[in-house]
Amino acid sequence: MRYPPTSWSIPNFPKMATSKKKKMPVREETQDVDNDSAMAVPSSAIPPPNISSIKNKMRRTQEFIKLKRQRRKEKKELQKKKKREAEALGDEAPPKKVPKTIENMRVFDETMVDPQDEEVLHDEAHDEMASYFTRDSRPKVLITSSDRPRSTTTRFLKELGQCIPNSEIYYRRGLDLKKVIPQALAKEFTDIIVINEDRRKPNGMLLCHLPDGPTAHFKISNVKLHDEIKRAPKSTEHHPEVILNNFNTRLGHTVGRMFAALFPHDPQFSGRQAVTFHNQRDFIFFRHHRYLFKNNKRVGLNELGPRFTLKLRSLQKGTFDSKFGEYEWVHKRHEMDTSRRKFFL
Amino acid sequence: MAASMQHVYVGAATGVFKGVNLAKKTATNFQNVASLSREEEICAMCWGNQQESQVCIGLKNGLVKTFDAEQGEFTDCANCAGGEGKFTGLAKYQESLVTCVESGLLRVWKDEDKVDIEVGKDVCRMRQNHALPHQVATGGKENELKLWDIQEPEKPIFKAKNVRNDFLDLRVPVWVTDLQFLSEQKLVTCTGHRQVRVYDPATPQRRPALNVELGEYALTALSVTPDCHSVIVGDSQGSMVMVDLRMGKVQKAFKGFAGGIRSLQCHPSLPLVASCGLDRFLRIHDINTKEMLHKVYLKSKLNCLLFSSADFTQEQTETTKKQKRKLESSNITEEDEDELWGSMSVVQDSKKADKTKRKSKSKKLKKLK
Repeated sequence: MRYPPTSWSIPNFPKMATSKKKKMPVREETQDVDNDSAMAVPSSAIPPPNISSIKNKMRRTQEFIKLKRQRRKEKKELQKKKKREAEALGDEAPPKKVPKTIENMRVFDETMVDPQDEEVLHDEAHDEMASYFTRDSRPKVLITSSDRPRSTTTRFLKELGQCIPNSEIYYRRGLDLKKVIPQALAKEFTDIIVINEDRRKPNGMLLCHLPDGPTAHFKISNVKLHDEIKRAPKSTEHHPEVILNNFNTRLGHTVGRMFAALFPHDPQFSGRQAVTFHNQRDFIFFRHHRYLFKNNKRVGLNELGPRFTLKLRSLQKGTFDSKFGEYEWVHKRHEMDTSRRKFFL
Repeated sequence: MAASMQHVYVGAATGVFKGVNLAKKTATNFQNVASLSREEEICAMCWGNQQESQVCIGLKNGLVKTFDAEQGEFTDCANCAGGEGKFTGLAKYQESLVTCVESGLLRVWKDEDKVDIEVGKDVCRMRQNHALPHQVATGGKENELKLWDIQEPEKPIFKAKNVRNDFLDLRVPVWVTDLQFLSEQKLVTCTGHRQVRVYDPATPQRRPALNVELGEYALTALSVTPDCHSVIVGDSQGSMVMVDLRMGKVQKAFKGFAGGIRSLQCHPSLPLVASCGLDRFLRIHDINTKEMLHKVYLKSKLNCLLFSSADFTQEQTETTKKQKRKLESSNITEEDEDELWGSMSVVQDSKKADKTKRKSKSKKLKKLK
């Protein structure tokens, strides 16, 4: 029954493979053939005791803690080993793996704007906000709230007014928004912001660009006013710089342009103030900071407030018209939120 | 000839005119984007001839351009300005163009002389009866549905009457947003106040024969399905439903919309419906299964579309058949396969556990040989 192992095992290996390592299995094979009957289960194959089958609770807990500790130890060792290897290899070390996050595994979106796309550029150059970007109009913002605002909302309005230059705060006085819009147009406002409140807390924001829209409706959450932020200094009346982050899709571009059109051109850098609209997973984070360059590398930030988070609910073509207005985009939760990795802005 | 293969033509608010080939899944832009302005917004479209090789597009500034699908370029440009506002409908009648604008001027452009019909203010839509091409219907805001004969422009053939007052004895407002001929005689309209109505001009009754209320948002577009039993309506918030006209009930709803629908059209023979709107997508749904078959991002807000009556699924199947044939030819017969398996050498593993089994197998093989 025995035959020389070379007769059938060598053709399997590529010709280059002549090192010892590759031949190892062949040798083992021959050994196995020799003591075929003597094969026994090795002692290390005894499975570890099943902890959950221990009936004494205290012992079970102890065993579990022990197991955890051991696993952690092994993990640490593995990490150390990898680190040592990487150090030893120096530049040739394999690159560090990038952790998978919801953002970088985002579902492909075909509306992602390519900055060289002629058609999108043309569309944007002729949209409703174009007059701001060509510097033909200067922003003038009307800020108001829902009827009979409570103190949190009024304070929020005030702080928003301090944050946005050239803005005026008005009490709503029970006026219909559809009646407010023509008056605002007559007074040459370019934007209307309406803060809605529920249970004494601001919960919605309507941003309406004038004269012909669009109108965006946001949900507001996590409002922190100036007083609630620790060590917040007072803001000045300088025109702030505007930072818009991650507005990359076609819808995101429109929303980003609407935010940009709230603030005047040419920020006053002496004020060292910046307003940030940071989009992450479709939540838009609003922050207002004063910065200070400490040296070439470090920047000190001082948050001025207010601080809040927005989430887009709908974008309407034209000015506010809840009954007959046409929607450019509506967030339909059950239809659209099919994946946690799908974003629209 | 590549240009003649377009299955859907769409006109955008930016003035971009595109053709979409659904079999090849390509979209072609036929206009130079850089030269366009907001005044060249495409408001209405119609086929230029029976063979559907020409497309007429009505622009906001009063021009009507003719696009030749075979040549893939614009061949003609006529100034059809008159009245005020955008075009609400275009039609072809015996080589002459029929236009209608928002202010209510319906014009038939025979060479040199024109026939004018005043159809009333705030027209939202004008459509032609494809069975009787000399008939057109109009409707708009506070402007009831009217049926016109182009040959007798003095008086409408049929003028609809508003429905009875509601339970509070208040007048029901009129706002016809879209309409279509259901058969030779009957008409379907949808309104901004969420109703779908069927009119029958053949009967003496001028009020609608059927009046269905739907949803919450203004209806913007409609199209009759190929079997003429139901109608598909789209609204300003992006929902599209199919209404059965025999029962007067919503039959099914189509999914996948993000923004308001501006235009929709059913395929004349296949169970397909194309829709486009403010969310910049062209979507093709299967009417029977409600499934979305195609979704094309076209980069601009789309105003109107034309769905060609060509049967493009045939092309698709042809291509798939070709692919299948290719696959077949590349397939290996069973004998070849056996040979291939025979010529392969036995793979070994260094793992101990498998060894005994594999060894015995290889031994058996040896024996067989």
